[in-house]
Amino acid sequence: MLAPERNWWKPIGRIEKTWLTVALVWCIFLTIMMPLWYFMGKQNVPTESYRTTPKDYAATVNEFVAQYQVGEENGIPVVAAPPGSDVYLRASAWQWYPILQLEKGQEYRLHISSMDFQHGFSLQPVNINLQVLPGYDYVATITPTTSGEFTIVCNEYCFLGHHTMVGKMIVK
Amino acid sequence: MATLAPTTPWAKGAKDDYRDCPVTTLKVDMHAERLIIANAVMAVVTLTLGGIAALLIALTRWQAVHLLDATWFYRLLTLHGIDMLVAWMVFFEMAGLHFGSTVLLNARHAAPKLAWLGFIMMTVGGLMANVVVLFDPSSNVMFTAYVPLKAHPLFYLSYILFAVGALIAVITFFINIVVAKREGRFGGSLPLVVFGLMTAAILATYTLLEGAAAIVPAFLWSLGILPNLDPGIYRNFFWGFGHPAQQVNLAAMVAIWYALAQMTVGIRPVNEKFSRLAFILYLFFINLGSAHHLLVDPGLSFGWKAVNTSYAMYLAVLGSMMHAFSIPAAMEIALRAKGYRKGLFGWLRNGPWKEPGFSALVISMVMFGWIGGVTGVTIGTEQINMLVHNTLRLPGHFHATVVAGTTIAFMGFTYYVIPLIFRKELKLKKWAVWQPYVFGGGMLLVSLGMITSGLQGVARRNWDISFAGVVPGTVDLTLAIFGIGAIIAVIGGIMYVSIVLTSILTGPRLEASNLLLVAGTNNPLLESTTLTDHQMEDKQNQPKGSLVLVIAFLVWFAVYYLTNWWLLGRTWFIR
Repeated sequence: MLAPERNWWKPIGRIEKTWLTVALVWCIFLTIMMPLWYFMGKQNVPTESYRTTPKDYAATVNEFVAQYQVGEENGIPVVAAPPGSDVYLRASAWQWYPILQLEKGQEYRLHISSMDFQHGFSLQPVNINLQVLPGYDYVATITPTTSGEFTIVCNEYCFLGHHTMVGKMIVK
Repeated sequence: MATLAPTTPWAKGAKDDYRDCPVTTLKVDMHAERLIIANAVMAVVTLTLGGIAALLIALTRWQAVHLLDATWFYRLLTLHGIDMLVAWMVFFEMAGLHFGSTVLLNARHAAPKLAWLGFIMMTVGGLMANVVVLFDPSSNVMFTAYVPLKAHPLFYLSYILFAVGALIAVITFFINIVVAKREGRFGGSLPLVVFGLMTAAILATYTLLEGAAAIVPAFLWSLGILPNLDPGIYRNFFWGFGHPAQQVNLAAMVAIWYALAQMTVGIRPVNEKFSRLAFILYLFFINLGSAHHLLVDPGLSFGWKAVNTSYAMYLAVLGSMMHAFSIPAAMEIALRAKGYRKGLFGWLRNGPWKEPGFSALVISMVMFGWIGGVTGVTIGTEQINMLVHNTLRLPGHFHATVVAGTTIAFMGFTYYVIPLIFRKELKLKKWAVWQPYVFGGGMLLVSLGMITSGLQGVARRNWDISFAGVVPGTVDLTLAIFGIGAIIAVIGGIMYVSIVLTSILTGPRLEASNLLLVAGTNNPLLESTTLTDHQMEDKQNQPKGSLVLVIAFLVWFAVYYLTNWWLLGRTWFIR
C-alpha cells in the first residue's frame, strides 16, 4: 500500500531465486506432459471434425440406422455396425439417438452432432466427456476397453428438460 | 524508505472536497469515498441475492433434500451465476479501483461524474438481469447463455449495460492515476497494491471488449437482426470474457492479499521487482485462458488448445506461484522481525489469528492455492479435461478460487473499509472474528463435495442426477458433504451481511481511531515503514518456513496432477 522509492529494481534474493527455479522447472514439466501424451498416450481429445447442418446430419443418422438396426428399446433403435466402421450419434432436446452396440476391443469412428442446442456427451461410468455443437460433426475414434451397458448423460445445459436427456451404449 | 503520503498539499478551495484519515494519515477525496460506499453497498446487495439462490440450489442438488422443482432450479442457478460471478465481484472491484486510484495515492477523484455514470449503468444492468431471469421463462439460459439457447433481448441488454458501465468505471481508474501522477500526489513509484489493481484494470479492459464481441451479436440475434450465430465462435468469445474476468478477480484478490498482509502484520514486500514481475506475467499470458473451456470442443486443433490452455508455458501459473511465496515470505520476515523466531513456524503460530483480516488472508491463500489452483491447472490440461468437462469437478474448482479465495479476501477487506471509509464503528466484532473460519470451513466442504462428486461422473448444472441412474452410491455421501458445506457457508455469509448492515445502519458516524479491529492498538501499516533493510536481510529473519510451505504445496500439486494422468490412462482408448 506504500509508494516505494523509484529504484525498486533490486537483485532477487537467494531463497526467491531457488523457488523461482523450482517453480519454472515445474512449469516446463507441465508443458511437456501434453505433447508427450499426445504422441505416446492412448487417450487423447479427438481433433477430427467437419462442418455439417442438422438436416444433413439427421439424414446420415437415419441412413445409418436403417442399414444396421438390430433391435429396439423403448422406441429407440439399437444399432450394431461392424468394427472399424463409422457409427453415428445424434443429440437433440432431450434425447440421444440411437442406442449404439459396440464390441469390446474394437475401434469405431464415433460421430456426434446436435440438432438444436449445445449438448454434452458424458459417457458414464467410463467418464469421457465431449462438447456437442450443432453444425459440427465431431469424430472420436474410440476403442471400448470394458464391456456392459453404459449411460450417456447430457452434461451441457440444454433448457428445462436437460436432466431427462439420458441415452445408452452397449458394449459386448 | 517507502512513504505513505508524500505530497503536494491540497489547495484550499471549493474543488478540494476531502478529509484527513487519522489512522492512515492519508487524504480521502469525498467523491471517491461516496463512490466506494455506493459500489460496496451494491456488492453486498448482489451477494445477498446470489447467496439466497446459492442456498436453494445447493439444497436441491443435495439429492436427499431436493428442494426446488426443475424450472426454479435452473432459474436460480442462472441468477446465482450472474449475481455472484459477475455483479458481486465487479462491484467490489470497482470499489477497490476507486480506492486504489485515489486514497492510496493521496489523490483526488478526477472524473467523479463519469464514475457515477458507470455505477448507474452497472446497477441498472445488474438489477435488470435479475428481473429478466426471474420473470421471463425463456431466459433460464445460465450465466453462459450458450447460443443457440435464446434468452429475452433484455437479458443480453442487461449484460451490455453492466459491462459498458464497468468499462467506464475502469477508465476513470486510469484517468485518476494519470492525474495523480501529473499533480505529484505521490512520491516514488505506484504502490504495489495499486500496481496489482492496475493489472486487474488492464485485464478488465480487454475482457469487457471480448464480452462485447460475444454478447452484442447475441443481442442482435435475439432481436432477429442477425440470422444465426456459430455456437463454437460464440463460445470462444464468451470465454474470452468469462475466463479473463476470473483473472481480473485473481489480480484484484492478490492486490488485496498484499493490502491485508500490510494492514494486519505490517509487511514490507521482500522484493518489489519479484512481485511486480509476477503481476506482469499475468498481464501477458493470462488472457489465453479462454481455451480452458474449449478443450473438448470440435473444430480446434491440439496445438491451439495446448498452447492456449497452458498460458504459453504455464507462465501465468508461474506468476501465481511467485506470489504464493512472496506474500507468506514477507509476512514471515515481518513477524520474525517482531521477535517470533522460534523454529520454522513460530512466526505463523504467533500471527494475529483473531484479526479477521489476517485469518481471511490466510484462509483465502490456502484454499485458493491448495485447492483452486492445483485443481485448475490439472483440469486445464488438454487431455485430462476429457475426464472433467462439465462435471461437478468444475464448479468444485472455481468455488475454491472465486469463493474460498477471492470472496473471503474481499469479505476480510470489507471489515476495514467500514471504519476507514464508511466511518462507522465495526459492530458484532466477535462475529467478525469467527466469520472467515465459518465461511471458509463451509466452502471447504462445498469444494470437496463437488470435486469428489464430479470424480464419480456427476454432471454440473443438472437438476436431478438420479435420472441417469448410473452414479455409484457414494455420490449420495459426497453430495451431502456439498449440501452441508453450503449451509455452513451460507451461515458465514449471513454473518458477513449482518456485520456489514449492523455496522453501517446503526450508530453515529465515527472517525476511525485504530487500524486493527481486535488484535491490538498498534498500526502495522505505519510500522511497516520502519522495517529497515538490515531487518529484512537479517539471517534470523529469513523466510525458511515459507520455503518449506511452498515446497509442500508443490509436492501436493504433483501428486494430484499425476494421479489424474493415471486416472486418464485407465479409461477407454480415444483419439
